[in-house]
Amino acid sequence: MTITKKFDVLTYDQIREKLLSGELTCESIVKRYLEKIKEFERLNAFLSVFEKKAIQRAVEIDEKIKNGYVGKLAGMVIAIKDNICVKDEKCTCASKILENFVSIYNATAVERLLNEDAIVIGKTNLDEFAMGSSTENSYFGPTLNPYDEDRVPGGSSGGSAVAVAAGLSTTALGSDTGGSIRQPAAFCGVYGLKPTYGRVSRFGLVAFASSFDVIGPFGNSTKDVALVLQVIAGRDENDSTSADVPVPDYLSYLDKDVKGLRVGVPVEYFAEGLDDEIREAIEKRLDFLRESGAILEKISLPHTEYNIPTYYILVTAEASSNLARYDGARYGYRSPQAKSLYEMYVKSRSEGFGAEVKRRIMLGTYVLSAGYYEAYYRKAQKVRRLIKEDFDKAFEKVDVIITPTSPTTAFKLGEKTDDPLKMYLSDIYTVSVNLAGVPAINVPAGFDSKGLPIGMQIIGKQFDEGTILKVSDFLEKNFSG
Amino acid sequence: MPVTIKDVEYIANLARLEFKEEEKEKFTEQFNRILEYIDKLNELDTTDVEPLYHVIDLKNVFREDIVKESYPREEILKNAPSRTEFFFKVPKVIQVEKPQKENEDKEQS
Repeated sequence: MTITKKFDVLTYDQIREKLLSGELTCESIVKRYLEKIKEFERLNAFLSVFEKKAIQRAVEIDEKIKNGYVGKLAGMVIAIKDNICVKDEKCTCASKILENFVSIYNATAVERLLNEDAIVIGKTNLDEFAMGSSTENSYFGPTLNPYDEDRVPGGSSGGSAVAVAAGLSTTALGSDTGGSIRQPAAFCGVYGLKPTYGRVSRFGLVAFASSFDVIGPFGNSTKDVALVLQVIAGRDENDSTSADVPVPDYLSYLDKDVKGLRVGVPVEYFAEGLDDEIREAIEKRLDFLRESGAILEKISLPHTEYNIPTYYILVTAEASSNLARYDGARYGYRSPQAKSLYEMYVKSRSEGFGAEVKRRIMLGTYVLSAGYYEAYYRKAQKVRRLIKEDFDKAFEKVDVIITPTSPTTAFKLGEKTDDPLKMYLSDIYTVSVNLAGVPAINVPAGFDSKGLPIGMQIIGKQFDEGTILKVSDFLEKNFSG
Repeated sequence: MPVTIKDVEYIANLARLEFKEEEKEKFTEQFNRILEYIDKLNELDTTDVEPLYHVIDLKNVFREDIVKESYPREEILKNAPSRTEFFFKVPKVIQVEKPQKENEDKEQS
């Protein structure tokens, strides 16, 4: 019998009803979360907590509720990954180089949440500049997994995943470049959605790899994730890569059955290297979907083995270019040692960035440098097309693709820090989704014999978040096993 | 061909980074392992494949050329590590520096 820790969590549904009936106030909810944050301080999920501001805002929203007007997310307490800008608050990216940087505007996603009366409670820990899979690469120390504090929460959005899992906030925003929402969601047993590339504005998200990055929500239910996506999705004139595609009513996809749904199961994602307990948990859910009227089909994504090398060439190249802006001139850390302009650049960057960030800037600079551009960068762009075409072909036959989110459950702190390649391979099932720009969600899929959460990934067609939310919601409400 | 410490130094200069000697060694070794893994892509013939720059259909976006308020100067300068009243302040730019020619002429082989 598996013993799993239980955390005291509330979904927004439960809160909203009590708020509108007057049984609860936003102020009492915020105070409750602030207490929880203190109680779980050792997990290091938050880099900053907006105690005063959050209470003040709660009081204002309570007033609005009394006056009969409420936004869609009134009283939803949300934590924001610390690479997403919240006006007049620090945005450190868990880096020494931005330790004292204060945002002068809100990210569009944050602005839209605030417009619907959500309450931002604080900023969460991450791998420096979102580069990592364990939240160990933080200048402010690692975040711990609430299910086993000797283990990592996954990454890079580890703080956001932990905040939601341990009940320190109702929902959270993260960012996903190669799995940074889904993998920590899997390791912490929560829902985490990576939207289609361009579905959510990147304005105010600190750039890592611009053709991959996307902001997305964490929640303790599919509905919470859908509610947040509803508000943050859509075209934004401040982000020219945000898509001008209509945003459907995501709630209309919930409480539906899966009769006739075509589910693709890619053989490459169930091959060697996958933990047996995870395989079993996913297969049980696949069987349940079949029994519920879905049509399962074995498919192939033949370029799967090239995902990781392609991904690491392209993201490091984009990162080396994006991170060139940290030069010590206009904002961020400047080395006190620097006597010339050249030294200001070199010393500020070398003292300000951590090891993994430097490693990626170096790799990216290398693959873009004269003589290697064709062999590495251009080659990887070509393979990216082949990988995307694999998905295009698969989605001609199926509506969703189901895979494990990660080959293992949460690993031990320090287990992979000395071996970057080993760490990179923990993203093996998630990076393809970013390479193809499609949406995917992590759905909690029970626990292994160590009591650690297992995650299942549902991948959809571009801009079809609705269908993956439908499947996630169906399993959440109907599967028990 | 494996990357040497000299290559690592060359790339570090391009990226405006510097490393201690022992870091360079560790780095060179990790770099080579990562590159060896990445070389796997050469198994694929991509002669006739077009590179993929963007995963969604993106069009260039134009806007009307209308003057709009920008962020106030004081806000922008708030995060500056060093400043004057109106400008960012940096170390003296005009000075005699060693020519960078050595690096630019370095042959890739």
